[in-house]
Amino acid sequence: MNWIRRHLLGFVAVLVLVYLFIPIAVVAVLSFNKPEGKYNTSWRQFSLDGWTNICGVPGVCDSFLISIRIGIISTLFATVLGTMIAFALVRYRFRGRSSTNLLIFLPMTTPEVVMGASLLALFLNLRFPLGEITIIIAHIMFIISFVVVTVKARLQGMDPRLEEAARDLYAGPSAAFRYVTLPLVAPGIAGAALLGFSLSFDDFIISFFNAGTVVTFPIYIWGAAQRGIPVQVNALATLVFVIALLIVLISQFVSGRRRKALENEISSSPASIDSLLPRS
Amino acid sequence: MVVVVPSTKAKNAVVGQRKSRTGYFLLLPGMTWLAIFFAIPFVTLFLTSLQAPVAGQSGQYIPAFQISNYPDALTEYWPQFLRSFVYAGIATALALCIAYPLAYFIAFKAGRWRALMLVLVIAPSFASFLLRTYAWKTILADEGFITSFFNYLNVLPDDRILNTGIAVIAGLTYNFLPFMILPLYAALEKIDPRLLEASNDLYASAFTTFRTVTWPLSLPGVVAGTLLTFIPATGDYINSELLGSTQDRMIGNVIQTNFIEFRDYPTASALSFVLMAAILVLVFTYIRRAGTEDLV
Repeated sequence: MNWIRRHLLGFVAVLVLVYLFIPIAVVAVLSFNKPEGKYNTSWRQFSLDGWTNICGVPGVCDSFLISIRIGIISTLFATVLGTMIAFALVRYRFRGRSSTNLLIFLPMTTPEVVMGASLLALFLNLRFPLGEITIIIAHIMFIISFVVVTVKARLQGMDPRLEEAARDLYAGPSAAFRYVTLPLVAPGIAGAALLGFSLSFDDFIISFFNAGTVVTFPIYIWGAAQRGIPVQVNALATLVFVIALLIVLISQFVSGRRRKALENEISSSPASIDSLLPRS
Repeated sequence: MVVVVPSTKAKNAVVGQRKSRTGYFLLLPGMTWLAIFFAIPFVTLFLTSLQAPVAGQSGQYIPAFQISNYPDALTEYWPQFLRSFVYAGIATALALCIAYPLAYFIAFKAGRWRALMLVLVIAPSFASFLLRTYAWKTILADEGFITSFFNYLNVLPDDRILNTGIAVIAGLTYNFLPFMILPLYAALEKIDPRLLEASNDLYASAFTTFRTVTWPLSLPGVVAGTLLTFIPATGDYINSELLGSTQDRMIGNVIQTNFIEFRDYPTASALSFVLMAAILVLVFTYIRRAGTEDLV
């Protein structure tokens, strides 16, 4: 009885984690299905069709590549713009800080349908043609905030004295940035880019409003949901999930080991950075 | 009793902050982008919501000041509005109950598994949102295990889950759960475990410790998580479209069909604007409690 009480919380926690993965297991299992009729919702027979002939259904791979292209371009722009904002927020004093914070926060709390609709209203009023460009504009807009939050957290966790130490050792501002700040913030920027890409790649609502005739991967799935989603879509989605999970797990593992190595190095060297700096 | 937790954050924010023009230069491109493609569209949305139709040409509108678009849209679509808030409210409450134990466990008990568990919380979003929602069709199917179980208990009003409001709420709860778990975890993780030990040493029961120490200190996370779950859930139309029937349509469905299919831009814009206004009220109530510095 006591054992149960002590482990109840852990049991519930694991249960919630399992719950989070149930639909993904369904998606993965159904990628090996040979559906009866057009709707791939119940198990019938094992088949590798979805995997061996992954581009077999017209439109699936095209839309997949369009989504990847849009994701890469949007992430690139949003990461640069968002990182710059994060640096300004953490390292600089400026006027209008609270309205800046608000303008960064609001896109994260505005329902996608409102953002999609208002942007479409803008494009319609300007008679701007809808297409890949408008999707990319929209994606950059809503990814920036997430980049700011991620990079800002990393910057705040960084000791500003490290940069000061570099400056004291006669590094110019650009050298200090290049050799001290950037390497320390890089994991945060990489994490932000990964998050940005996954947000862009998976976005449906905002893209749907501003896509015109362009069919991204989520828009393809939306259309297919009415007439039956081909198994190939399940296979591709499972593939993306596994690859993304591996990237994150490996980077976690590597950064954990690197941190440990760094800690060992600092504690074993007699002149650690902390012992050089005045105690605050 | 007021517990004062010494904060080092405010001090760090000042150390190493410079005042120079570079700050404005760094802000300019990104903030301009947000101003043009996030803030200004709200102005065009508002102007569109007041437009009047051109007689005889469907999908054509001219600038006007037709404020009656608002009452017209609301009298026609108030049930979907109300339903959105009710569904999102129930889903948020359920998400809070499901997320809290997990967030608590990761913050206090997970030890060296903490990083891995956080990855697992985020990982589901690597699989397509639409496909995960679609997968609930299989899980909640009429002949499926879950529906049969509840039918055995005889608690389902329509003897089914799929194509009812229950399925829509279940989908919303599932889809926005990570948005509840992460802020809760962030708030719980900041709590000094010694406070819990102190409470325990002073003979408080586990429940009293939770009620008087843990819960109040985790409130910022509860508020943030509730907002981050409730807001996207209110505007969502994917769950209601894929898992519900036409009786379960939410305001997002109405905005989408009016905008894209019926090309009734003024009505759709008016509805979007009202939805946004309702949400802004929520956000500003939150800001008045927490300030803007903790937002981002």
